[in-house]
Amino acid sequence: MDYLKPVPEPTPESKPYWDALNEGRLMLQSCGACGKVRHYPRPLCDACFSFDVRWINAKGTGTIHSWTVTHHAFNPGFKAELPYVLVTVDLAEGVRMQAPLRQADASTLKPGLPVRLLIESARDGLALPAFALAAKA
Amino acid sequence: MSLREKGVITGIGETAYSRASGKSVLALQLEASLAAIADAGLTPKDIDGIIVYGSTVAEDFITNFGIADLRFSAVTPMGGASSVAAVQCAIAAISAGICNHVLIPLGRNGSSGTRIGTRVQQMPQFRTIGEFEMPVGAIAPAQLYAPMARRHMELYGTTSRHLAEIAVNTRKHALLNGRGMMTKPLTVEEHQASRMISDPLRLFDCSLESDGGCAVVVSAAERARDMKQRPVLVMGVAEGHPDSPSAITQRPDLTRLGLAKAAPRAFKMAGVSHADIDVAEVYDCFTYIVLCQLEDMGFCKKGEGGPFVMDGTIAIDGKLPLNTHGGLLSQAHMAGINHVVELTRQLRGAAGKAQVKDAEIGLVTGYGDMGDGSIAIMRRA
Ligand SMILES: [Zn+2]
Repeated sequence: MDYLKPVPEPTPESKPYWDALNEGRLMLQSCGACGKVRHYPRPLCDACFSFDVRWINAKGTGTIHSWTVTHHAFNPGFKAELPYVLVTVDLAEGVRMQAPLRQADASTLKPGLPVRLLIESARDGLALPAFALAAKA
Repeated sequence: MSLREKGVITGIGETAYSRASGKSVLALQLEASLAAIADAGLTPKDIDGIIVYGSTVAEDFITNFGIADLRFSAVTPMGGASSVAAVQCAIAAISAGICNHVLIPLGRNGSSGTRIGTRVQQMPQFRTIGEFEMPVGAIAPAQLYAPMARRHMELYGTTSRHLAEIAVNTRKHALLNGRGMMTKPLTVEEHQASRMISDPLRLFDCSLESDGGCAVVVSAAERARDMKQRPVLVMGVAEGHPDSPSAITQRPDLTRLGLAKAAPRAFKMAGVSHADIDVAEVYDCFTYIVLCQLEDMGFCKKGEGGPFVMDGTIAIDGKLPLNTHGGLLSQAHMAGINHVVELTRQLRGAAGKAQVKDAEIGLVTGYGDMGDGSIAIMRRA
């Protein structure tokens, strides 16, 4: 079946991120000079202007910062999933990411709820991040 | 040097707004431009500067207008903040002595042609979103902006009912304006029953997709004194870019837009305070974006935008008459150049049934892409 969703076009800076997801790991850029973690992947550290990058393994944990529940298919590839929840997550490493929240009742969401990372196979050669609510600590 | 009162809006023009123009984008822009140039009492050959938006280039206007020596051309690629940012750019060029009459044309087939939601994917400023967020399902502006609105609601208790007030008020004004695509009243109940697009944004929180053209002419202040229309002087103008301008997700404060940086500069340049503003045309791609801008400009504190818009504050006869033409929500989506046109009309005293009584000073804002902001404060001469 045709894959209708938008697909990422990795750049030299982001390729390690996508490669790691394909291997089942979430990796983040940390500045090779000053250690500042940044996301989404990009060429330069905005704190010290170093191009040096050290890739670190993210814990895959975080908390909900905000969210939206999409009811309208802006892209035919997502039509079958409607309605779907997208969460903005504060990762433990101090940066954020946005990804779908699986198997959640949107009416129970609130900022600060803990989530854990899922890495899902989207199609051959492409893995994408998602989240699920974490069990209460 | 300041840009204060160096530039004047001398001409405004609009085509009809529709869902299917049957014309090319360039033809729409040329039609609106001819109207604006005639309104200014100029001929097309008097235009010596052009700031284009989107799918046309300065060369199109040189060719169609037969301009012998265009002295200035620019692009202000800030999405919906482009129109007002173009006013700043025009006045900067005028103040530098480069040119005298700058045309800012806008036209689009936003309904019948490329839809605004799909246009986004092709724009270089959306490269980050295109790689990291669109693949997981965050495709359209409604989805990208909804988490800002949700965060505001969670932090401050803002509700969809507050957003409804903005939509309903704007529709009333579109009916007074008479040029709007929306021709029937909207009730709070209809807003609240409208289908959810991307929670918390409902259908009637979203702007229209429109075909049409709209243009303004900005002239050097010393040229404007003996021109056709009563001059509308730009007292203060600024643009501002939010933190993390390419990805809302990474923005430290999701509820703070680029306008929060631009507005204090524009107010300072203009030398006026909030109480001096008689009418406000605030970029309204989504109701929430209006509410957030009112806070970011300082008309109320952060978090108080919801209560602020209630109880008639933003009505034609309210304390801060808002989007008196019907905005992008109910007049047409002309990327905010129609907001500049309306503010000019108001300050000329030519806004018809939507005229704010004794409007002397007003402001217009732009908002675009992932939160870029722009603002101009104007007064009648
Ligand atoms: Zn660094």
